[in-house]
Amino acid sequence: MEFTANTTYYQQLQNQIRNCDDKEIIIKELYGQRYIGCATSDKNFKLYGTAGNGLGQYNNGSTIEVFGNCQEAVGDTMNSGEIIIHGNCGDACGYGMRGGKIFIQGDVGYRAGIHMKAYMDKFPVLIVGGKAGSFLGEYLAGGLIAILGNGAQGKMPCSYFCGTGMHGGKIILRCDEKPEGLPEQVLVNEMNEEDRAELTPYIEDYCKYFGGNVKEILSNRFYVLTPNPNSGYNQLYTFE
Amino acid sequence: MNMLYPQFEVIRNPNRCIKCRACEKQCANEVHGYDENLKIMTCDESKCVNCHRCVAICPTRALKIVKTDHTFKENANWTEKAITEIYRQAETGGVLLSSMGNPEQHPIYWDKILINASQVTNPPIDPLREPMETKTFLGKKPGKIERDEKGNLIDNLPPHIELNMPVMFSAMSYGSISYNAHAALAKAARELGICYNTGEGGLHKDFYEYGANTIVQVASGRFGVHTDYLNAGAAIEIKMGQGAKPGIGGHLPAIKVGADISKTRMIPEKTDAISPAPHHDIYSIEDLRQLVYSLKEATNYKKPVMVKIAAVHNVSAIASGVARSGADIICIDGYRGGTGAAPTRIRDSVGIPIELALAAVDQRLRDEGIRDKVSIVVGGSIRNSSDLMKAILLGADACYIATAALLALGCHLCRTCQTGKCNWGIATQREDLVKRLNPEIGAKRLVNLVTAWNHELEEMMGGMGINSIEALRGNRLMLRGIGLTQKELDILGIKHAGE
Repeated sequence: MEFTANTTYYQQLQNQIRNCDDKEIIIKELYGQRYIGCATSDKNFKLYGTAGNGLGQYNNGSTIEVFGNCQEAVGDTMNSGEIIIHGNCGDACGYGMRGGKIFIQGDVGYRAGIHMKAYMDKFPVLIVGGKAGSFLGEYLAGGLIAILGNGAQGKMPCSYFCGTGMHGGKIILRCDEKPEGLPEQVLVNEMNEEDRAELTPYIEDYCKYFGGNVKEILSNRFYVLTPNPNSGYNQLYTFE
Repeated sequence: MNMLYPQFEVIRNPNRCIKCRACEKQCANEVHGYDENLKIMTCDESKCVNCHRCVAICPTRALKIVKTDHTFKENANWTEKAITEIYRQAETGGVLLSSMGNPEQHPIYWDKILINASQVTNPPIDPLREPMETKTFLGKKPGKIERDEKGNLIDNLPPHIELNMPVMFSAMSYGSISYNAHAALAKAARELGICYNTGEGGLHKDFYEYGANTIVQVASGRFGVHTDYLNAGAAIEIKMGQGAKPGIGGHLPAIKVGADISKTRMIPEKTDAISPAPHHDIYSIEDLRQLVYSLKEATNYKKPVMVKIAAVHNVSAIASGVARSGADIICIDGYRGGTGAAPTRIRDSVGIPIELALAAVDQRLRDEGIRDKVSIVVGGSIRNSSDLMKAILLGADACYIATAALLALGCHLCRTCQTGKCNWGIATQREDLVKRLNPEIGAKRLVNLVTAWNHELEEMMGGMGINSIEALRGNRLMLRGIGLTQKELDILGIKHAGE
């Protein structure tokens, strides 16, 4: 089913989508309507325009492809499924995400991938082609974040406070020199073969969606951030 | 050298002790022992937390626990507590951590408020004879009555929670309390026709059947939050804050994340469960509104959304914002609210009393003409039915109870929840301890408690000549203050006794 959103209020648009049994949903002229794909599990969305806040929030298995930019809280508390963004993405992307994959061709805003967590067969993945804002992967508990740094000219592709409070998972940053000024909760190492093998299938997906050469991307220098086991939450307290 | 002298002494009456060693078996803190050679019971009181498990279990009443009379040189400023806290921090470098509610000597306004009764005119009602309505609906009230072209009423009522009485069990996660404690709360909530709250620990698969009596919580860690969970309960509560630790997140240590809790929280076993202090997707009322509506979207507008905040200085302005965020119910948690663990300094010195917060919020929402847009639920701490009654008269739609519910389950307020060695099977995940709490008996005790409170509520209502809880709500003329300053009376919106 194909919808034209234009100036339709989001609740009305969402109702039309809810009442539609089709698996394939195409929305044209999307002008920032919120919550598209929120808490859905078996749909294929193709969205043309700009997706509003809460795109694919609580997504439980749907695939959402956006030909345009996205606003805030994309894939917030997502459980599974895939979100593919042919453009840039706003703040708080993938917050508390437990599973599924988000691919962003361009840049992502502040607070991306905060408190992502993995569980059993669920493993959240956030791949960003460009750069990320501050607070990337704070409180990270599981899953994988990779920032490929297009347009960063080999400099650290994210801003301040990357990985603060990180206690699980992995953040991979493409940059020519070892990132400086990271919080004490993270350890920084150059990417090894194991990391490369883990990253490769996601880069293959990225290139499938957005073009580009897998080998060429992976031939760059990457640094891997993991939690520092000696700076955990263990030694923080004494009791009354 | 140890500068910390034990707080308690274990007094064993040798004439009564039959050396059955029940105390030894029951104490998870390993206070009691038995010397095989000397054939005597021994004890290490330094491990005692004064939870009374041994005292309650002793068949001959041979045990009692007393506060030690060992003392520092008396000092009204540097109290024993102040001194020993310094020793602990000097020793460890750690943040002082405590559990349960604020135990300090701050004023308890409930105890300085008196309830009215009828005499002669507008006579009292006998609840034994007359029907008394304590049924409570929580949610938005529609702004106007709508009719179709034929004049029939259009049902424009937003989703509500229906409670048989204005009490709910407030949020305590599976992890902070045991499976059996959750089972008891869920069973009791169903039998009473009220709700219990999952807290931020997800919902165990065994408890989905209690969905109609369950409030599912969404907090900053988003543990266990997925579409089935959101649709499982009677309502969804967004936890922004907690009275015991406003502005602070939570931390369930990896050691407590066993197999079952890992499944419910949906995180790997033996990993730290960290709830960040803020929701990182909420930095404004507009952001809160976005989360509220995402939850409404996820549940097709069938569930009321509650927003829980801690009672802090600007609570009325915050509540006004929350009311405009689209939330159906605002929950306010006072500074005496309990916790499984909170930094002591924050528990004891951050936040304000719920009595003042409630009065301020109710008044502000009335002044702004938006009181009907939300219901108000308060907690932290409601200790008995007259606290409950006073809260309703100050403007609450219902109250949350948690410490009172745990006491009903056997908690003795020893305030060592954080150790995970609760001898009463409540704040522990150790299997041998959990099984000490029988969910059936626990549920029965909770049902007894809340039923008794409801009877008392009806008696007090009858005394005032009021037969419906609706007619009590915000009826501050039924309250008088005693021993309060004019400022306090002004904030509470009540007159002084005698006026």
